[in-house]
Amino acid sequence: MTSLSSPMTPAVLELQNVSVTFGAHGVLRTLSLQVFRGETLVLIGESGCGKSVTTKLLAGLLHPTHGRVLWHEKAVTELSRREIRQRRLKYGYLFQGGALFDSLDVYENVAFGLRENTRTRENEIRDIVQLRLRDVGLPWTAARKRPSELSGGMRKRVALARALALSPEVMFYDEPTTGLDPVMSDVINELILETRSRQPVTSIVVTHDMTTVRRVADRVVMLYPLARLQPGEPQIVFEGTATEAFECPDPRVHNFVYGEAGERLKELAA
Amino acid sequence: MSAVLPETPGVTIFHLVGRYTIDAVRAIGSLTLFCWRLAGQVWRIPRAKVLWPIMYDVGVQSLPVILVTGLFIGMVLAVQSYDTLKVMHFESRIGSVINVTLVKELGPVLAATMLAGRVGSAIAAEIGTMRVTEQVDALDALGADPVAYLVVPRFLACFWLIPALTILADAIGMFGGWFVSTCILGVSSHFFWLYSDSFVTAYDVVSGVVKSLFFGAAIAVIACHRGFHCGSGAEGVGRAATEAFVYSFIAILVLDFILGIFMLQAYRWLFGGPISLF
Repeated sequence: MTSLSSPMTPAVLELQNVSVTFGAHGVLRTLSLQVFRGETLVLIGESGCGKSVTTKLLAGLLHPTHGRVLWHEKAVTELSRREIRQRRLKYGYLFQGGALFDSLDVYENVAFGLRENTRTRENEIRDIVQLRLRDVGLPWTAARKRPSELSGGMRKRVALARALALSPEVMFYDEPTTGLDPVMSDVINELILETRSRQPVTSIVVTHDMTTVRRVADRVVMLYPLARLQPGEPQIVFEGTATEAFECPDPRVHNFVYGEAGERLKELAA
Repeated sequence: MSAVLPETPGVTIFHLVGRYTIDAVRAIGSLTLFCWRLAGQVWRIPRAKVLWPIMYDVGVQSLPVILVTGLFIGMVLAVQSYDTLKVMHFESRIGSVINVTLVKELGPVLAATMLAGRVGSAIAAEIGTMRVTEQVDALDALGADPVAYLVVPRFLACFWLIPALTILADAIGMFGGWFVSTCILGVSSHFFWLYSDSFVTAYDVVSGVVKSLFFGAAIAVIACHRGFHCGSGAEGVGRAATEAFVYSFIAILVLDFILGIFMLQAYRWLFGGPISLF
């Protein structure tokens, strides 16, 4: 897969020296990251290293303790509430567990963003919902089902249909294949690729799944847990293509991409 | 000299006082900011499709518990006050004792307490579950303000319906008191209503309803706040539901005291008379 990103292209989303702490617990430390138009950036790293927090920062769902988040080269803190809302509508977010609204059926879930933010007529909403459900391979008969009646794979696909309903320019996928069987994981990977081929969308994918990394990544960034870094060491331990990630000599990257424990068990026991 | 706790060496009573003080200040600040956010959104009435199911849940679904509570308050008041009044040969005045106590104090307070348990805990658990499963973040990501979508309809439902439910609790309580007094204790129905009419004023009824407006608002704000700041996992949701009830109950008692004083003073300012606490 060829990289669409270029250092010459202005970044669509950017983190500048961002730090995040929850109480006394630090998650991110002076992290800087740029996301370029049209690229698929994959964030990898051990559980608890701050991948999801990084994604939520980029999407404006969290605010950093220190540092700046930039959308189209403008700091989010300098935007008005209305501008933030308008820009956020251009960002679709697929949450880890789907985050479907339990009180609404599939149809209402997919239509939610349209109803809340646009004056689209009911027959048009119906057409869009139908189209989005078809895009993710769900039958129209699923439209009146409740989230509790759906399997894990179906929930993820409904959540994807909901995120795509407003035709976003940037898509965030938070562990899109976690908890799914290998076939359904591949279906989700295929949908990520199809979404990109259908419309020019910038994608940020958080995953542990190296198959997903191989299939969708233009650029891979690996984060390392803050607690295991030396003072002053950068939190991004790898940045490059998927092929480079698999050839990286750094044992931290090598162990992660090949799923090898190495000395980890001894470290945990110590 | 600092008292060292045996279970946690090094942690003194001063550390604990400091920690609880910081936690309390932080909680009050967080609740104030939450109220400020709510105040900015509460004027925008939610869509009927969002509001009606919540009003149904808060209002209609609470009817059985409210009716049972009201009925038994009235009946217990009759049983408890009869003997004392009989000793003084005032048993015919039992209606005034029951109904004044009911509309001014026990009706609003006990109805609100029951609703804090039924409605407040349910609101905290529902919003808490939404927080834990990232549904609150999903609202934000889909361009809906979580406060406007989740808190405003619940606040309005509690604010409008808890006073209505209190009036029903008062009414059924009066019936319960009348039933026990007249059918079991043998008090004349005529005197029951005659003395009720003499002693229960419109101001008593209004002051009870005004109290319940505040109780309704407090239950909604506290329950939604606990849900929004819920800890992770099932334990966090359970804790949020428990805290919603406990804090609401404390708020009801504190508000009852403050509003009780205010209502007495207001009566004096409006109508004059001997009632004054200061």
